[in-house]
Order: sequence, then C-alpha cells, then structure tokens
Amino acid sequence: MAEKKLKTAEEVTWKDMEGGNVITEPGNASLRRTGDWRTERPTVDRGACNKCGLCWLYCPDGAMKALEDGYYEPDLYHCKGCGICSQVCARKAITMIDEEEL
Amino acid sequence: MSKRVVLEASHAVAEAVKMANVDVVAAYPITPQTHIPERLAEMVANGELEAAYIPVESEHSAMSTCLGAASVGSRAFTTTAGQGLELMHEAVYIASSMRYPIVMVVCNRALSAPISVWADHSDVMAVRDTGWIQVFCQNNQEAFDMTLWAFRVGEDPKVLIPVMVNLDGFTLSHVTEPLFLPEQSEVDRFLPPFKYQLALHPDKPTTHGAFGMPEIYTEVKVGQEVALRKSKGAILQGWKEFGDIFGRYYSPVEPYRAKGAKTLLLTMGSLGETAKMVIDEKRDKGEAVGLINLRLWRPFPFEEFRQAVKDADVVIVFDRCISFGGPGGPVCSEVRSALYDQEKKPNVIGFVGALGGRDMTAKDFEYVIDRGIDVAKTGTPELFETVGVRGKVSGIRG
Repeated sequence: MAEKKLKTAEEVTWKDMEGGNVITEPGNASLRRTGDWRTERPTVDRGACNKCGLCWLYCPDGAMKALEDGYYEPDLYHCKGCGICSQVCARKAITMIDEEEL
Repeated sequence: MSKRVVLEASHAVAEAVKMANVDVVAAYPITPQTHIPERLAEMVANGELEAAYIPVESEHSAMSTCLGAASVGSRAFTTTAGQGLELMHEAVYIASSMRYPIVMVVCNRALSAPISVWADHSDVMAVRDTGWIQVFCQNNQEAFDMTLWAFRVGEDPKVLIPVMVNLDGFTLSHVTEPLFLPEQSEVDRFLPPFKYQLALHPDKPTTHGAFGMPEIYTEVKVGQEVALRKSKGAILQGWKEFGDIFGRYYSPVEPYRAKGAKTLLLTMGSLGETAKMVIDEKRDKGEAVGLINLRLWRPFPFEEFRQAVKDADVVIVFDRCISFGGPGGPVCSEVRSALYDQEKKPNVIGFVGALGGRDMTAKDFEYVIDRGIDVAKTGTPELFETVGVRGKVSGIRG
C-alpha cells in the first residue's frame, strides 16, 4: 500500500522530533499501518454485493477501496476492523471474520 | 533615551506588552491581575496598540486562544492569577509541549479554600512542572523588563518555549513607583519580530498537536526537557543584551551583600526587597549575612545557585507556599536537592510564610534570620517553621 515507508520507532531518536512534535510532511498519516490492531476482518461476498457503495461511503477511515470492476474490498493496511461497513451493508454482503481464524 | 515615569506595576507590564508590539492578547480578568488586561484593552480600543484583544470567557479559553495565535506565528500574550491559573492548567502544559512561545504574566495569588485574593506562590508552584521558563520580579522596573525580555527569549528559534513572569499580587502588581521606560527604537533593537518557522500556513502544510503513540511519547518529552534546560544559554544571552541596550543587567541568582556571608537568606519575588532592609541593618552591625534573590525558577539554575552558596554555612530558604505533606516548602526542597550530592554544603533551614497576603515585615525577616542561625546550631526535627502562625506547631517531620 504505502510507497514511502515510515521510520520504525526503533529508528527514531528524540533528536529526530521537530519542536512541539510538529509534523512537517503533510498527509503522512496514510503511511501509518493502522490495520495491525484489527481483531476482525471484513470480507465481501461478491455474490450478494450489488456495488451500491454504502460501505465505501460509511467507512470512517476511507479504508474501503472502490475497484475497477465496481466491487469494493477493504484496504487491510488501514482497516481497523470496526465493522461499520458490515452493519450498513443493505445486502448483508460483508461478514466480519475473527483474524485468529484466518 | 529612556524616560523616567511613575507607573503601577500592572501598567508597566501593559507598556512592555505594547512596546513588544504584540499581535494577540487573550485574557480573562481576575484579581489581582485585572489592571493588566484592563489597560491593554484600553490601549487597543484607543488605537495605541494594533492587536487583536480577545475577551474570552475563561482562563482556559485565554490560553487556548493564545495557542491558536502562536500556532500561526503570532506574538501572543495572556495574564492571570491564582484560581485563573488553575483553571488554565491543562492548556499551560500544551503551550510548552507544543513549543509555542506565549508570554504570560502571573500576579501570584493564594489558592482557595478559604478564598483569598492576596499574594503567595501557591498558584505558580502548582504549575512548576509545566515546562515553562519561569522568572520572578521584585519591583516595577523588573516587571517591565522581564515582560519585554520574555518575548525575546521565548521566541528565540533555538528556544521556542513559553515564558511565565511572576509578580506578587497587590504587593507588587498594584504598587506605583518610578521606573524607566525605553524608547521604542531601543525595544525594536532588542526584540526582533517573531518568525516561527513551523507556523501553520496553507502554502506549507504542517500538523500541530498530533497523537503521540507510546513508541514516540518518551522521545518527545525528552526533547522538551533538553530544550528547556538548554534554554539557559538564550536566557543568559537575553539578559546580557538587555543590559547592553538598557543598562540593567539580570542574572538567574542575584546575590545582595552576600560576599563573605556565612548565612544567606534566599527569597523569590518582591519580598526580597523587604529582606534587603534587614540585611543592610545586620551587615552594618557587622553580622556576616547576605541575601540571594532567586530570579530564574525554571530551568532551575543549579550551577549559579551552587556557586552563590558555596562559602555559606547556613542557607535560610523562605517559601510562600506549603507543599502539603512534602519535604518542606517547594523552593526549600529543591535547594536541598540541588545541594545533596555536593561535598561541602551549607545547612539548609526552611521557613514558610506570607501566605494568602499575610504581611512579611522587615522585623519578621529579622526573626527568620536569627531563628535560622539558631536552628542551624541546635538542630530541630521540624522540616520547616511557619512564620507568625498563632499556636504551637509540631510534628512537621521528615
């Protein structure tokens, strides 16, 4: 997903911080892998999906990707597994699956 | 050429803020600080000062407004006292942590309960560890000088730390006495415009106030701590250049008739001037006593302090605050801590007094010095003695 890589915590010393912890590189939040604290993963059943885009619209993190063929799939680098997409899906096409079962 | 004027200390502060050509003033009036925002509001209304005067609904908002102003590179000023500083507390930390060089004058006031509008140092001691540069003033001239200097030091690109200037409520804030006001051209020479490299601006986007995950929070805090300690270089340089331009030189620790003194009294704030009268009397009688005025409270001037007391046998510390249940008054316990690992160290004797505006006269200081010398000889199990308290107190033990 991320083309540029964030430094890992081990690579950053206190000297690398800007005063006041100001971030000078705009938009770098997308580099942060927020998907690693997910406990449940949304999975899309293409048979049930009618490409309405409600999941894409409701995802608070913009982590539901619109694919060229009109379907949607979660961006697992960022998806925190909140389950909103699954809740709002009118066709019940998105199921949350326990990460440990995968 | 500076001119000699007669001004109330609060108005002297307002003059300094005006001459610093501040961009934003956000303050909520509270006794005994009221005359400062009142005068600044008047200056803005009269067109003497071209600044945004924002009459906020609380001290928390006052500091928050200053945070916003500083984030875009504006020179921001606020002022408060006592309960107001406590209400502001949360945002006080944010100013230093985000490295916004806001200047705040605190007219020191006791804390409730019981409610008291009068002076002591309880309010500032509660924000001691907020990461601000903190200085104390003894008179109106210093109130003006420190306020002006505060902008210069805080805004230094190598510093970027807010500065708190402390004046004792009423006994300094409301005192009217002569002082020198400099020319605007001299002020402009001392204080360059504030140029904040990381200011929020659409042309150069930055994020201020981002989340601090456990992996980086420690690094951020250590960076802040190093910056505050290192700010002493700019603090000293600022005072030196101040002296070169205006003719008045300041130091972190200021001795008064301390040469050869075996006993030193240490005070912070306006009471130092009262104590000087006693030192004069005692010195003239041949007693080897002197005074130390602790001007710089944060960053604590360890080196200068140790140097100032190195030949003394006894250091008597006068605190205007009780650190409830602690190892003594806040200044006294820091002084002890600063001397702990020294090979040769004086006996440190603590006194607390002048709480909630209780008068502390020259006679009281005479008692403190004499009693301190006695206690140093005979010893006492008490951690500190409270000057003038009615009724016997015992059991203040370590």
